[in-house]
Amino acid sequence: MRGNAEMHELVAPGSLGAVLDLLAAQPGAWTPIAGGTELMVAFSAGRLEAHKLVSLWGIPDLRAIEVTPAGVTIGAATTFFDLRKHAAVNAALPLLAKAASWIGSVANQSRATLGGNLVNGSPAADSSPVLLTYDAEIETISLRGRRKVPYSEFHTGYKRNVLAADELLYAIHLPRRFARHRQYLRKVGTRRAMAISKVALAATALVERGVIAEIRLGAASLAPYPVRLKQTEAALLGQAVTRETVLAARRALLAEAQPIDDIRSTAEYRRRVAVNLLEEFLLELRREGSQP
Amino acid sequence: MKANGGKTPDGSWPAIRFTVNGESRSVCVPPMKRLLDVLRENLHLTGTKEGCGEGECGSCSVRMNGELVNSCLIPVLQAEGAEIQTVEGLALDGELHPLQEAFLHHGGAQCGICTPGMLMAAAQLLANSPHPSEAQIREGLAGNLCRCTGFIRIFESVTAAASASDTDPAQEPLLEQTNHAR
Repeated sequence: MRGNAEMHELVAPGSLGAVLDLLAAQPGAWTPIAGGTELMVAFSAGRLEAHKLVSLWGIPDLRAIEVTPAGVTIGAATTFFDLRKHAAVNAALPLLAKAASWIGSVANQSRATLGGNLVNGSPAADSSPVLLTYDAEIETISLRGRRKVPYSEFHTGYKRNVLAADELLYAIHLPRRFARHRQYLRKVGTRRAMAISKVALAATALVERGVIAEIRLGAASLAPYPVRLKQTEAALLGQAVTRETVLAARRALLAEAQPIDDIRSTAEYRRRVAVNLLEEFLLELRREGSQP
Repeated sequence: MKANGGKTPDGSWPAIRFTVNGESRSVCVPPMKRLLDVLRENLHLTGTKEGCGEGECGSCSVRMNGELVNSCLIPVLQAEGAEIQTVEGLALDGELHPLQEAFLHHGGAQCGICTPGMLMAAAQLLANSPHPSEAQIREGLAGNLCRCTGFIRIFESVTAAASASDTDPAQEPLLEQTNHAR
């Protein structure tokens, strides 16, 4: 069943203020659409439920990257191509540039936005593990004002998040304090381009005086939404990276991960790959330490 | 908002304007109509093909404001004011684009369905990297699926086009040698 364009209303108010007015006037009636790489797939297939859509494409406030000594702020409608070609993002947030370069294809990256990736809320989202390990903060906006939420608290369930009906995801804030951390990102899928992750792991860690002083692990496809692996982190924090620590971390991850069988992979495969990715990172950490 | 889905009082759709291959165009269609369908059905530019209709195969690739996009994923309202280039805009005054020449001479096209998208992705690649490495070519075309050629001839065509665009004549004998050797 093909989508019928006449069945869907699409407006492009052109400014952030006008979009917020519309969302406030009829909360929940309008579905924001940015680059369309998710919603237009549903539309083409005739399964787009939203009948009233408001375009966020071409609104300058939402497509901007601001770099300060303390951090990088990324407008929600910044594309993955914008991110991967941005010098400061590459220098300060190398894992984010890498994740951006892995998303879909060049044509997808020209349209797909960071905010769209988060709001869509796929458990396999490519940018999410990285944002979790970089301690990202989400800024939302509505006519009622702005608020900030740690990204680790943004998703509240499968494809659910904290946004209210009149709110937009406005920006993603990333602190610049991971230069001394060892950083890791690996995505496992069927092929390098176009493939959605079977499982992905991002990590940042700092080793001080021979023990892990800080560690953040962000995972895709190990839970109903992208998550920090807090229990696994707890098993590693304060430990020297020994064989025993690695084994304990593997056990903690096996207990913590809740992967499922689906079209792309099996829970068993995802569990095995996840612990191997974790071990790969920990062995790197043991071999090279942090502070590259 | 109007209850009639955004139509004007006389029941038609408001005009959406953009530029295609250097020409100003205006269409009165539902704003959610896909750019792909507008190009093919309203502007009769049928060079752009539909493959998967979900942004996976790249056969509907066009260039919009200097970026490569899948036209099946773009509601035409989001193309308002944009500069669009389709495969029909590659040749200049009847002269094939170097990429088209190269695809012709190096067996880069077989059944032809993927070819317009491949050409546009390759044109985008060469616009960003005039002398792409093999890895860059593979990445630049990774979103374009071909089920005939096995891709190698396509990669060779792009390499040849990049070399052919060199003004340095010293490059040309090398290219000739490569071709003869095969």
